[in-house]
Amino acid sequence: PIRSVSVDLNNDASLLIDIPDALCERDKVKFTVHTKTTLSSFQKPEFSVPRQHEDFIWLHDTLVETEDYAGLIIPPAPPKPDFEGPREKMHKLGEGEATMTKEEYTKMKQELEAEYLAVFKKTVQVHEIFLQRLSSHPILNKDRNFQIFLEYDQDLSVRRKNAKEMFGGFFKNMVKSADEVLISGVKEVDDFFEQEKTFLLDYYSKIKDSTAKAEKMTRSHKNIADDYIRISATLNITMSFVSLQKVEGRVASDQELKLTELLRYYMRDIQAAKDLLYRRARALADYENSNKALDKARLKSKDIPQAEEHQQQCLQKFDKLSESGKKELTSFKGRRVVAFRKNLIEMAELEIKHAKVRSSIQLYYICFIMCTNELQYAWGICKILCEQI
Amino acid sequence: MAASSDRNPPPFPASEEPETGLCDMADGDSDEGEDIFVNNVRLRAFLLLLLCPSFVQSTPVAVSRGVSQPDQVSEEPPDLFSEEEAISTAPTLSTTAKSNGVHSDDENDLFAELLAAVDCFHSGISKGYFVLPPLELKCGLLYYCFQQLEEEEAKDSFDVDVSVTSPEKIGDGMNAYVAYKVSTRTSLNMFRSKTFFVRRRFSDFLGLYEKLSVKQSLHGCIVPPPPEKSVVGMTKVKVGMDDPSSVEFVERRRAALERYLQRVVSHPSLLQDPDVREFLEREDLPRAVNTQALSGAGFLKMINKASDAVNKMTIKMNESDTWFEDKFQEVENEEQQLRKLHAVVDSLVNHRKELCMNTAVFAKSMAMLGNSEDNTALSRALSQLAEVEDKMEQLHQEQAASDFFIFAELLADYIRMLGAVRGCFDQRMRAWQRWQEAQSTLQKKREAEAKLLWANKPDKLQQAKEEITEWEARVTQYERDFDRIGMTVRKEVLRFEKEKAKDFKSQIIKYLESMLQSEQRVMIHSHSKAYVYVFYSGVEGFSPESWQRVYYIPDG
Repeated sequence: PIRSVSVDLNNDASLLIDIPDALCERDKVKFTVHTKTTLSSFQKPEFSVPRQHEDFIWLHDTLVETEDYAGLIIPPAPPKPDFEGPREKMHKLGEGEATMTKEEYTKMKQELEAEYLAVFKKTVQVHEIFLQRLSSHPILNKDRNFQIFLEYDQDLSVRRKNAKEMFGGFFKNMVKSADEVLISGVKEVDDFFEQEKTFLLDYYSKIKDSTAKAEKMTRSHKNIADDYIRISATLNITMSFVSLQKVEGRVASDQELKLTELLRYYMRDIQAAKDLLYRRARALADYENSNKALDKARLKSKDIPQAEEHQQQCLQKFDKLSESGKKELTSFKGRRVVAFRKNLIEMAELEIKHAKVRSSIQLYYICFIMCTNELQYAWGICKILCEQI
Repeated sequence: MAASSDRNPPPFPASEEPETGLCDMADGDSDEGEDIFVNNVRLRAFLLLLLCPSFVQSTPVAVSRGVSQPDQVSEEPPDLFSEEEAISTAPTLSTTAKSNGVHSDDENDLFAELLAAVDCFHSGISKGYFVLPPLELKCGLLYYCFQQLEEEEAKDSFDVDVSVTSPEKIGDGMNAYVAYKVSTRTSLNMFRSKTFFVRRRFSDFLGLYEKLSVKQSLHGCIVPPPPEKSVVGMTKVKVGMDDPSSVEFVERRRAALERYLQRVVSHPSLLQDPDVREFLEREDLPRAVNTQALSGAGFLKMINKASDAVNKMTIKMNESDTWFEDKFQEVENEEQQLRKLHAVVDSLVNHRKELCMNTAVFAKSMAMLGNSEDNTALSRALSQLAEVEDKMEQLHQEQAASDFFIFAELLADYIRMLGAVRGCFDQRMRAWQRWQEAQSTLQKKREAEAKLLWANKPDKLQQAKEEITEWEARVTQYERDFDRIGMTVRKEVLRFEKEKAKDFKSQIIKYLESMLQSEQRVMIHSHSKAYVYVFYSGVEGFSPESWQRVYYIPDG
């Protein structure tokens, strides 16, 4: 079962989505999006389509741009697949092939392939979660573009281009100045939102910091693991205890990786919640401006009905955003705490499993070194034990 | 290197050894049993491992005692792993230890002791504290037995044991230096007493090396090289001995000097050398001069100079015995490999230090995040997590130190040693060269004599005949020298290989032991992490049963 960073998704049988496989061609990853549904709005009960990362981004952006969803937290877009790390290492390995022994080269190549595979699995998972978040949201799962994304069996790139032309960088620019809107503070009328704003701004900066620091820590672990690979490749049999260290290193980095991913995911989620606050703050600003415009119109006795209508529209929009926003933020809070705890428990299970394995291996290993006096035998036994992990 | 394998890994930073310590070791045989129990690192590691909780799927196992409410959870579970605990539950081990420290050859006694220990552990098991799968227990038993046997073996071959301790800064400013206490413990009669000590400074060690290499290397002896000079390191120390990098430097040097001396005294020929005895015994040693040449670079230059001389030889040696050629090639290859390895280990040490820093920084960041968190329980969990990560940083630090001291220093030592080995091969070549040159000189003299015979100059002829006799003697001498050096080199290389294998093995085991100790602490921290994770649950969908499955807590 896939352990997701969010709470269990994909439970509703009326719309089940998953990514059963993906292909990697050079830079491009082609995901196979598979849908199973009982809804009549779809043409078939079960179908699959190929999609690229850019298609996901298109879907996310169109949802963000949709006025009707301004009061919702749009699930964060999946990050671009990043094979840069393992690819660079592969390149270096290729360059240094001449200076290594055949065994060294093979070992390192294997490790790199494993790393590559891990990145690949991660990116598939993250894209899958995005879709599953959408399918489990009562409003977003009815979105027309979402349906097109799931169903349309042709290339989406034409639509993507059109969308870009329409929206361009408009929203992006808006978001950039949104921070100032929030902070410079239109006076907040609602306590709930005032508190949320304070909390989210602070929490976001802290979690962003923690994520960055966690990533650095994970990278250090990786570096150490790489060193051990080079050591074990150089020494072969003589220093087989290095394989124990490899296990330890990999275990430690797995733990940190899990924590890092949890932090990273929630950082992005909180950004999405912040975006909601921005939009509401914008609506509030618009409403305030419309009030001022109405006053001016009344003063000048000119265009009063339009100004009144405009003011009403702004108020309605603002109220709608506030109502929906409150609901979304409250449920988001609960979801986040639940998900954090669930992940922490999963990490606890991992800790315990690995600790037991580690200590057993080390005990066996020391015993055999002392008993046999033959490191070759100890190595053989150790290898067998390691395989059992 | 006899009893050095018993010595604990170098304390970091260097700690004072009590004055009486060394004497106790020599005649405190009655305390041997307790010493083994309390002081022996391996035994402790073994006990810690036996006590480490193993989780068995079917039966619930209590790891902590009576922790029921989440609010009462302390940072770490009650310390089941403390040595006091172990000692008090295994009284039989210390009391049945042999009184004069000489274990009988009877292995049944060892097993009896061990079974008594097992009894104690079993009683702990029956109280429900931990469960040991039988295979682990058997391995533990074997480990203990063989470790005891090895200690006996080590003691039997004990002749001279030296230690270098208590670095002390003497003087101030740029003329300051560090004096080390060099203690000797011996059963040989050629020394003035059974135990004694003197104070030496770094240049004294270099001086010893210089004297030895001048004398012994001519015979094909592998003279262990001393640690390298370091102007940077010493300047820092002169300024102040208290900051961490100075402390590390002094400790590193102390350990290296100790290893150097141990190699010298465990060499049978070098031990007989009067300079060695003087170094160990004499209260006032005349200051060594001309040690400038013996910086790290200088030492290498010396070795390479010999190699160059050999390479410039016009007469190529015709090896009747390929052993020397093959061995030389092996030595060169090994040196290459060790250098490569040393580079990787250096990188490892740096990465560990980085990890250390990054973990500390991350811990602080998590603490801040915990403070920001508005859900109280989760906030507490994150803060506790941050504290645990902080402790992990300490462990990473120690692991880095151990990686460095044990692993990297070992490699550096052997890279230098292999240089010395190459040096003695070169000495043999020089001896050969001397012999060949003498032969060609003899040939020339003979030709000269023949010429004189024709020219009929009787007085010059007499001189020529004398010279021929002289050179014949020389040729014989040099041939004998060459053969003798060849034999010595052979013997030395074989001895070196044996010592190297032993050294590497004992260092690997030391390294594993230090890893085990830190592993044990990691496990304590990971258990407390697990506590943190689990106790702050109690969330919808996570019933008490489900988190009992994850981590076993006894009722009540």
